[in-house]
Amino acid sequence: MSDAAERNQLNGPDGPSRPDESYGSSEPYGSNEPYAAYEPYGAKQDGPTTPDHPHWFDDEAGPVVRPYAMTRGRTSAATRHRLDLIALVVPEPAADDPGRDQTLSPEHVEIVERCFEQPQSIAELAAGLDLPVGVVRVLVGDLVEDELVHVTRPVPPAELPDVSILREVINGLRAL
Amino acid sequence: MAFGRSSRKKQYVEPVTLKILVAGGFGVGKTTLVGAVSEIRPLRTEEILSEAGRPVDDLHGVEAKKTTTVAMDFGRITLREDLVLYLFGTPGQDRFWFLWDELAQGALGAVVLADTRRLEDSFAAIDYFERRGIPFTVAVNCFEGAQRFPAESVRGALDLDPEVELVMCDARDRESVKNVLVAVVQHALVLADQSHSTVAP
Repeated sequence: MSDAAERNQLNGPDGPSRPDESYGSSEPYGSNEPYAAYEPYGAKQDGPTTPDHPHWFDDEAGPVVRPYAMTRGRTSAATRHRLDLIALVVPEPAADDPGRDQTLSPEHVEIVERCFEQPQSIAELAAGLDLPVGVVRVLVGDLVEDELVHVTRPVPPAELPDVSILREVINGLRAL
Repeated sequence: MAFGRSSRKKQYVEPVTLKILVAGGFGVGKTTLVGAVSEIRPLRTEEILSEAGRPVDDLHGVEAKKTTTVAMDFGRITLREDLVLYLFGTPGQDRFWFLWDELAQGALGAVVLADTRRLEDSFAAIDYFERRGIPFTVAVNCFEGAQRFPAESVRGALDLDPEVELVMCDARDRESVKNVLVAVVQHALVLADQSHSTVAP
């Protein structure tokens, strides 16, 4: 990446001094709702460092490792289908094989680890790992390719879930 | 090995996953609503995207590339071991409409959360779901101190189709939010029944 690109990414398109506008104006951070007070994990969020998470680097500088460096610059996964946000990642027995992880990055290993606890959706992984969804898609795509995990297919958009499932959802919600 | 544990020949239950969207204007209480029923603290997932076009492998012309971060809230409700419902709060800003398309894909239905003091904020969401034929329910978040209006006048103001349900709710209250979600799924059920009218109930 060129220096110009680096600067552009670090500082946002509007120049060096302004924080990313999407943080300032996006609802979750700007509203007076209860969860607005909760510091949303990690260092790259808005605002100065909090007492809980002292960081030596400036938050506005963004993450120390550019997210797409973890995917070696790839922005789309090797899998044929775009992985849905609620697609669940389920580890294959092969993932348990010692030595399998030699070729994997720490992030790949972390994904497999998390899914061993309990299969997780792409969205949960992204939130848990504090990575953009796009990055998680690529990494999970690699794991699918290596047959270390498989991914469940949510109901295809054309066919809405069938009536019996909807009834079960209603019953389930009522029973909560 | 780095995976850390010895053999885990566990058989995983692979639940059916479904999603319901929660839309509405800025500050209407979407995160609160998700938090009221979610079994996990609302997580925020962020998607870095380029408005200059999604396939950005090509780093030439980076001058024009605008990277922006969008936050989405989501929550999870495990209804049964094999049935999991995810709630997604849609990004509030208009410029992220294109993200809605992805969220809306395969969604069971949607909640449009409305505030009677700023009803116009919900127009865009209602319009979106109407046009895409996604079953939705309008939930009026009854803020303390906000004037209450009869459902009929809110309906009129929003120009809702007769089959669209409108419910009053308190986004902080779990029971109230559960009712909203039940209303959404019931509406989806009615629509599904209509489209599969050959299948006897």
